[in-house]
Amino acid sequence: MSLASKSKKRRRKGIKHTITVTVNQSEFTHEAEPRLLLVHLLREELGLTGTKIGCDTSQCGACTILIDGEAVKSCTMLAMQADGANITTIEGLAKNGELHPLQEAFWEKHGLQCGFCTPGMIMTSHDLLSRNPDPTEAEIRHGLEGNLCRCTGYQNIVVAIKTAAEVLRS
Amino acid sequence: MYPLDFEYHRARSVDDAISLLSQHSGAKVLAGGQSLIPAMKLHLADPGVLVDIGQVDELKGISAANSTVRIGGLATLSTVAASKAVPAVLAEGAGMVADIQVRNRGTIGGNIVHADPASDLPPVLTALGAAIHISGSNGDRVMAAADFFTGMFETALEEGEILTAVEVAAEQSGTGSAYAKLSNPASGYAMVGVAAVVTLDRGKCTAASVALGGMIPSASKAPSVEAALAGKALNTSTIATASAAVQDDLDDTVMSDIHASSNYRRAMTTVFAQLALQKAAERSE
Repeated sequence: MSLASKSKKRRRKGIKHTITVTVNQSEFTHEAEPRLLLVHLLREELGLTGTKIGCDTSQCGACTILIDGEAVKSCTMLAMQADGANITTIEGLAKNGELHPLQEAFWEKHGLQCGFCTPGMIMTSHDLLSRNPDPTEAEIRHGLEGNLCRCTGYQNIVVAIKTAAEVLRS
Repeated sequence: MYPLDFEYHRARSVDDAISLLSQHSGAKVLAGGQSLIPAMKLHLADPGVLVDIGQVDELKGISAANSTVRIGGLATLSTVAASKAVPAVLAEGAGMVADIQVRNRGTIGGNIVHADPASDLPPVLTALGAAIHISGSNGDRVMAAADFFTGMFETALEEGEILTAVEVAAEQSGTGSAYAKLSNPASGYAMVGVAAVVTLDRGKCTAASVALGGMIPSASKAPSVEAALAGKALNTSTIATASAAVQDDLDDTVMSDIHASSNYRRAMTTVFAQLALQKAAERSE
């Protein structure tokens, strides 16, 4: 029996649950099916499409967001697991119309080509710099092992993070 | 990709989790979800019911007392990797799992209960002689890591039980430990992983514990290597001889796939045993 026919037969339809999340300092309450992934809650229910879906298999890091300051892959988390969490997406980094130093540096140093991996790259480097404010080039490259750039524009991404680290330290 | 429908229950405590598991036969436990959710998205796993223990605070955190370190089942891999209280080999192994995003969510309990043959922590905990704490409706029990890993994706955990904590001895002076791994360059999973813990007294090896993972279906000790190290001064030559003895600890279960043949994995097991032992010996000084 194929998986599809098995699931049709079962049709259990997960009962919806109400969750409350704080996203970019605003609180949202949402009723969701248990199988809703966090990335879909952010993109489709809250309209925050800065967070991308790339590989959808926890490899590429395009869906990276921060939960309590820690980078996580939002395609590999149920919305249910985020109940009560404090989430930051790429949309939440700029303050009062001023770009975050990481965003500024990615712009300044041309740390992007097509731009699809950029939100994830920036959110992961945010976590990296909070743990290690003065990373070496090797540490930056290692720190980004969970983010893929299919344009292969890694060189300028590394330069941008190094630049942002300097700005954030000063 | 969406997981198939399931019923979701959130446990508030260990007791609550055990009671939910006894009410829902076949339910899966969700901790960090870094192994389970990808499997559910690919429809490789299709549990009808999930019991989410992710918010059970009593399962979090790392504490050290009386030269024992207790790591809660929900301690994240990034917390373990950054911990100064845990033995070097455990911090090192946890820090080599996947990437920072996965380590921020993935838990030590989830990692070892999943028992992926290519996982880093099963050989590390086997080498450390870790005690695995388990709770279920029939009470609590403790077992040695060496008995916990029973096969590929298989452990001694019974249905309805959860792993609550892992206990290891704190690293004493004179003891050094290390984990060396040959990663699959695409996935980062271990093709060969060797964990080593050695204790030296006046230049002689008084205790050695070595465990293997990645190349075999489930983590296992390397008694021939351990025997070859006993009483020896650890230098390049003794370490090379002992590492070569690992071939006697490998049988025909050494795995082969498109990434690495079993012969290649065998050859690399000697090399990575050498790397792990060298580093462990240096750290014991």
